[in-house]
Amino acid sequence: MLQVDHWINDFMEKRMISFLLNSEEVRLSECQSDITVLDFLREQKHLTGTKEGCASGDCGACTVVLAEPDRASEKLVYTAINSCITYMSALHGKQLITVEHLADSGTLHPVQQSMLEANGTQCGFCTPGFIMSMFALYHQNTTVDHQQITQALSGNLCRCTGYRPIIDATANACANRQEDKFDLAQPVTLTLLDDLATDQAGVPGIYIPKSRAELADLKETFPNARLIAGSTDIALETTQALQELPEIISLSNVKELSTLEVKNNVIEIGSAITLTELENVICEHIPCLSELLWRFASRPIRNQATLAGNVANASPIGDFPPVLLALNAQIVLDDGINTRAVPASKFFTGYRQTDMQEHEWIARIDVPIPNKNNKVRAYKISKREEDDISAVCAIFNLSLANDQVCEVNTGFGGVAATPVSAVKLATGIKGKPWSDIQTMKAGQKILSSSFNPIDDVRASADYRNKILCNLWYRFWLETSQQTIPVKTRVHAHA
Amino acid sequence: MRKMVTGKNNDTESNVIGQSLAHESAIRQLNGKARYVDDIPNLANLKHAAVGLSQVSSGKILKIDLSRVKQSPGVRDVITVSDVPGHIDIAPVFDGDPVLADKDVLYHGQPIFAVLADSAEQARKAALKADIEVKQYSPCLTVEDAKYLKSFVRPKHQMKMGDPSSVLTHSGHTIKGELNIGGQEHFYLEGQVSVAVPEEEDRLMIYTSSQHPSEVQKLVAEVLGTQLNKITVDMRRMGGGFGGKETQAAQWACIAALFASRNRCAVKLRLPRMQDMQATGKRHPFVNHYQLAYDMEGKIKAADIEVNGICGHSADLSDAIVDRAMFHADNAYFIEHCSIEGHRCRTNMVSHTAFRGFGGPQGMIVAEAMMDAIARQTGLDPLTVRKNNLYNTDNRNTTPYGMKVQDNVLSEIIEQLEKSADYWQRRESIRIFNQDNPIIKKGLSLTPVKFGISFTAKHLNQAGALVHIYTDGTLQVNHGGTEMGQGLHTKIGQIAAHEFGLDIDAIEVTSTRTDKVPNTSPTAASSGTDINGKAVQNACLEIKGRLANFFAELCDGSPDDVTFNNKIVSLGQDSIPFVELVQKAYFERISLSSTGFYKTPKIHYDRETGKGRPFFYFANGASVSEVTIDTLTGEYKVDRVDILHDVGKSLNPAIDIGQIEGGFIQGMGWLTTEEVSWDSNGKLTSNNPATYKIPSIGDTPLEFNVDLYERENDEATIYNSKAVGEPPLMLANSVWCAIKDAIASLGDYKLDPQLDTPATPEKVLNAVIALQNRVAEE
Repeated sequence: MLQVDHWINDFMEKRMISFLLNSEEVRLSECQSDITVLDFLREQKHLTGTKEGCASGDCGACTVVLAEPDRASEKLVYTAINSCITYMSALHGKQLITVEHLADSGTLHPVQQSMLEANGTQCGFCTPGFIMSMFALYHQNTTVDHQQITQALSGNLCRCTGYRPIIDATANACANRQEDKFDLAQPVTLTLLDDLATDQAGVPGIYIPKSRAELADLKETFPNARLIAGSTDIALETTQALQELPEIISLSNVKELSTLEVKNNVIEIGSAITLTELENVICEHIPCLSELLWRFASRPIRNQATLAGNVANASPIGDFPPVLLALNAQIVLDDGINTRAVPASKFFTGYRQTDMQEHEWIARIDVPIPNKNNKVRAYKISKREEDDISAVCAIFNLSLANDQVCEVNTGFGGVAATPVSAVKLATGIKGKPWSDIQTMKAGQKILSSSFNPIDDVRASADYRNKILCNLWYRFWLETSQQTIPVKTRVHAHA
Repeated sequence: MRKMVTGKNNDTESNVIGQSLAHESAIRQLNGKARYVDDIPNLANLKHAAVGLSQVSSGKILKIDLSRVKQSPGVRDVITVSDVPGHIDIAPVFDGDPVLADKDVLYHGQPIFAVLADSAEQARKAALKADIEVKQYSPCLTVEDAKYLKSFVRPKHQMKMGDPSSVLTHSGHTIKGELNIGGQEHFYLEGQVSVAVPEEEDRLMIYTSSQHPSEVQKLVAEVLGTQLNKITVDMRRMGGGFGGKETQAAQWACIAALFASRNRCAVKLRLPRMQDMQATGKRHPFVNHYQLAYDMEGKIKAADIEVNGICGHSADLSDAIVDRAMFHADNAYFIEHCSIEGHRCRTNMVSHTAFRGFGGPQGMIVAEAMMDAIARQTGLDPLTVRKNNLYNTDNRNTTPYGMKVQDNVLSEIIEQLEKSADYWQRRESIRIFNQDNPIIKKGLSLTPVKFGISFTAKHLNQAGALVHIYTDGTLQVNHGGTEMGQGLHTKIGQIAAHEFGLDIDAIEVTSTRTDKVPNTSPTAASSGTDINGKAVQNACLEIKGRLANFFAELCDGSPDDVTFNNKIVSLGQDSIPFVELVQKAYFERISLSSTGFYKTPKIHYDRETGKGRPFFYFANGASVSEVTIDTLTGEYKVDRVDILHDVGKSLNPAIDIGQIEGGFIQGMGWLTTEEVSWDSNGKLTSNNPATYKIPSIGDTPLEFNVDLYERENDEATIYNSKAVGEPPLMLANSVWCAIKDAIASLGDYKLDPQLDTPATPEKVLNAVIALQNRVAEE
């Protein structure tokens, strides 16, 4: 143990969490491991423009923006995050921008001015959060359409306006984009951030390894430390359940976990890759998943959350485990010495339990790109279209040979204690003609007795069972080449 | 007595009234500098309070052991109800709301004790460590339970006109219906929060997020056993209220005040979101029944309506809320023979409270349900049925409570709207669409709103104001209303600016304070601008009178001819800049400050007879909604909404449109995705924003056309404007009716689907299946 203590003393020497708070350089050599960025801003920095509405990442009143250098373009990338469920480890080497910093010596930022002109504020409590989400979108340098606006603002709730003026304000600001003070300051900011990033990251209690080897050593030294990436789920343990996280290890800077590659028709997704980073690759290679991705939580959550986090917490209502089941993905586990690949179908072992061992972590997730001829659909049913948890999530992946069913791989959320597949479905309709409605009906019959879902606040068991069968019917309508195509969706982007 | 100047300059074109000025705090809100209670800086020696909530919904408290709470790190003080030196009951109207649980537990989530610690985190963690034993009783949770147990918070009330029972008995065409109507969580973005700061001896300063500072002042004084004049309440702005901070902000101020008084330190109590949702009341769920008789023109001949409000454990404002449901069960329709009976059911739930519309929505939806039911029976288009039943102007214009409907503009509003929204053309396209699409169906509906304006508690229809002019010609304006985002202070500023012919930036509307304007009414019932605007105008008129007399003396003219325009005061050929006149007046020792007062005229209601004129006037509007539903999943999308709404002569069109759009979306949430749910033990299960879904940005209809029906209010309201806070919420009834219309298409519009609210996708799917089964049976 002496040796270990010695190692950690060396490792932690001269470490700090260094970032730009607006234009102020902040270097923290001590920091409570589980203080959120929101509490840091409001209680320690007295920057009270950022509000707490829910402390659970659901309302967006706490939205702030992180700017960080994009290695490829040498430019700053701006992302909106929920500061109420973000720990300080996320700030190292970045610029944390709050609403107080947007105006330029008394002149409102274009997104603020636009909001003023559109009468987009009423009670004003959600306003700073909206402004920050709008600011992040403003800096994406793209022409924005209605869908991009609703995507960018999907994590911000407003109870007063009904959103119409906010949508207009965002469209106007982005359509008339001009250089702002952040663009002008970019070279200076980049230099400052480069300088801050040379500080070794971490403080006692917050460990930020850069490599697989460091991660392995830290995990061995601090076996009780919790691994975090986006912290969007774990943070609820401190902000909602009032528990403490005295030691955390952030995976976000581990270079081996930050890779995203497509190899041999497999998307290999490092466990530190955020859902936003994943978006383009998914939309390009498995476009039928894009709607599910867009409806996965909200933009600020996706900017932080990782696919691996969604898999590791093994919630029966997570939206990606069913995808992994239906696409026969593999979860690659690592303990610093050995790696092993576990098929998704073997990974989820019980309610919030997985095959992952105490000393392991998820290195990456390998998602095979389905054959182009496969019929693949991903459906999510929830009370609200955006930022809601599924009542039922269903993914169907069907391969046919001349209309004969060869294989049906499925994944479902919300119907059992774990993410599940309908194994009997595959055997039950194999070899049958897909264009025959009797095949569909046979499938419905199997599905209707496959699971025993529960009643809860989101839906009744009865509804979940009905939906399961009806989504199967929808899948059949959409893929069995009806002579007259049948409209099956109410949502515009389907 | 000085002679008052009549509002002559009101006739000239105003540069402030009727202008779409931005919200007075907009810039501060946009750059994060608008200060809410939780943002007040530099409070010395500030401690933080938290509350411990009951984990059962009904029972007798046997033991409260708080020793582990006291030992928890950072804890300074712990209190239960026995530590309250004054009154325990903080109920607003009738008894029954102990500040902390008193012997009995009345609902799940009831505060039993409170703890004070150095940090909010310490206080909240400590509050989890109590050991409380409760002998549990079986809770009363439904209308059925309450009626069986004769458990009511107030006696029932009835309004009656004609002879409904005889018409119903003898009519060949009758329909019976029942409607379960869900509650609604306010979900103001800023949760409940109060700060109490001790001042000299036993004086206290309270900062609170409350729609009713005067009531907070009174209740804080009462729990402390002190006089009202020792307590001052300051309320600058709320981050949303919607009724949820009318009565139910007081408890947190009282608890903070109890700690501040005992410990002589500043105390903040801010509820975490989940506790806020558990421990504060919601919109009342209702279970309503109707039986109606109609003729083949679709005219309703008689109706027997029963509304049952689920009030929770105490009366709170439920008497008036159920009354308002009854006052609106006719909505815009004349019912010659009508009985409306309202029950106030006591249940073991948090005490349900005011929420934008105040029972009106839960009553009005019955009227719309009846119209749809008649349409399906007669085969008439629902719009035709609605038009056939509207109140007339000369006859058929008496409400079931005996008030004549004057100023009746609804038929004109509907006529304009059905044209601008292209109702009949779209009705036809939708018919064709539905024929061509077996799975996806469309629905269309136009519904009107007629909403009565005034507090039905007559004494609340009064307001006060205090206006100061300073020697640089700027004004501070103070009044009894509170700013919660609705733009009240903006409109008040416009009124003061207009009266003196000044620009808006000469006016500063300051925080609502009980030491400036006393004994105020809550900012509620949409009345904020109506009553406070008039009070401010009266204060301005008083000072104007003094200035006009003074100037008339200087110019040797008549004060009646003095005008205030464009920062210039004029009399014939003579004129003087406003600021110079103010300075001269100061040196002549003329008072530049005045109070103002207003009480709403004409209103009265006799509960014995169920007759009167409870409302000064009605605000009207109508909306058309088009929806698409998925008959396989019950999902839906609101595709297009058109609204024409009557705000009288608008004081500020931008703010009025904001109220209409926001009210509509909030009403849509109530009727669609917002599902308040309790488990069978009375525990709230929709207790956070992950399980309770208010509309998000994608729910705003892609096409959303809102227009103002600008016609001066016939009644002498402030510049003949109309109240706008609550009425637009009920415009969302057209969304619910459009969903039903889409479902009805499955039975060729001959059957009326049963669709309780909120119409979640699950409820819509069940209604689809039920209707398909009925079609199959026939």
